[in-house]
Amino acid sequence: MKKILFVEDEAVLQKTLTEILKNEGYKVVNALDGESGLRLAKSQKPDLVLLDIVLPRLQGLEVLKAIKDDPETKDIPVIILTNLESSQEIEKALAFGATTYLLKTQYTLPEITEKIKSAIGE
Amino acid sequence: MPKSFLGNLNIVSQCRRYGVSLWQCPQFLFLIMGLFIISSSAGTYFIGTRFIDDPVIVAMVVLVITAILFILSFAITQSFEKLAEVSRLKSEFIGVVTHQLRSPLTNLKWAVELISSDDFVKDKEKEEEYYSVLKENITRMMELVEELLIVSKIEQGVLVLHRKEVDFKGLIDEMISRFKFFAVASNVFIKFYPKDNIPKVFIDPQQVKLVVENLIDNAIRYTKGGGVVEIWLEKKGNLLQFKIKDQGVGIPEEDKKYIFQKFFRSENILKNQVRGTGLGLFVAKKIIDNSGGTIWFKSELNKGTTFYFNLPI
Repeated sequence: MKKILFVEDEAVLQKTLTEILKNEGYKVVNALDGESGLRLAKSQKPDLVLLDIVLPRLQGLEVLKAIKDDPETKDIPVIILTNLESSQEIEKALAFGATTYLLKTQYTLPEITEKIKSAIGE
Repeated sequence: MPKSFLGNLNIVSQCRRYGVSLWQCPQFLFLIMGLFIISSSAGTYFIGTRFIDDPVIVAMVVLVITAILFILSFAITQSFEKLAEVSRLKSEFIGVVTHQLRSPLTNLKWAVELISSDDFVKDKEKEEEYYSVLKENITRMMELVEELLIVSKIEQGVLVLHRKEVDFKGLIDEMISRFKFFAVASNVFIKFYPKDNIPKVFIDPQQVKLVVENLIDNAIRYTKGGGVVEIWLEKKGNLLQFKIKDQGVGIPEEDKKYIFQKFFRSENILKNQVRGTGLGLFVAKKIIDNSGGTIWFKSELNKGTTFYFNLPI
């Protein structure tokens, strides 16, 4: 069973997408802030990280950079899933090595699941 | 055509549209500079003819005029910068607002998608849970829109006070009963200690209600894990003083000066995962200021915060 780490501070969004992903047969690990997100990325070695940008304690881009800087976690695909529409942030995220940058409001849940499947290599 | 030409000449109304003071408005400053150039030219001519034998005086006068013109041009440059700053703040405001609205919108969108998807296991408890998510997020968006409307009125300077004589103690009682369920759910007790002989105040009840609502809401919200919120009301000289004390997370020293700023949210609130728009205290301060009162606070980190406001009787 593939494991997904979902870092998101909105508890409701956590719940909704987690339920969908579990239905799809994934194991989902949840983090509500950047710090615990990074800790879980290092300890759990997930197959994919879903990462928000605006996060308490540690911002998403810093988490992304730390994941990509660590040789043990650098190959984990990271999908940015956020509501922050800023070309600067998108550029930075892609430069740091994010697989893709998705705006939450612009995708339906099945579309997001599809993106996750293709990033995880299924 | 003549109407728009006259409109262009009406500098005061033009400057008012920018929302900056006259001395920060380029059109007005240009007019002042024009008048100054004309009058100083005439003045120089008269002084020149009178002191024709003493070129030093004439040179001094020209020097002073040039210096004043230099200062005026500097003020004009500054006023353009001010206008650019106002416009930058507006774009930033729109950016923050869209982000703030997007969060509840995404919650709504995903919850509806989940409930209507084929995979959704229909059981009553789960359905109810998601319906309460929908309700909560709709309320959140409505509150945000209401507050934004007030902010926009404040900024345009059109927030009108509909003052009347109000029984302030009754108003607080009403607000406390409105928060009863939220307080119980947050494990917070609200205690109210009104002094006897509270006089009536001449205020806009709707707006001051909003202030009291914001302060009670904050006090409950930031008291993590339960506690007591205490409210006092007393007459102090010719003022009525409202005081609300919580046992919440407190405000860090470095954030205290920003607390009444629009969209400001303290770092420790973000850490503690408390939801808010960053508009409540901004709106509260404007309303209390408009009503002729003052609002302030005392706070100690991890111990709690006390907000005070005074209203003239």
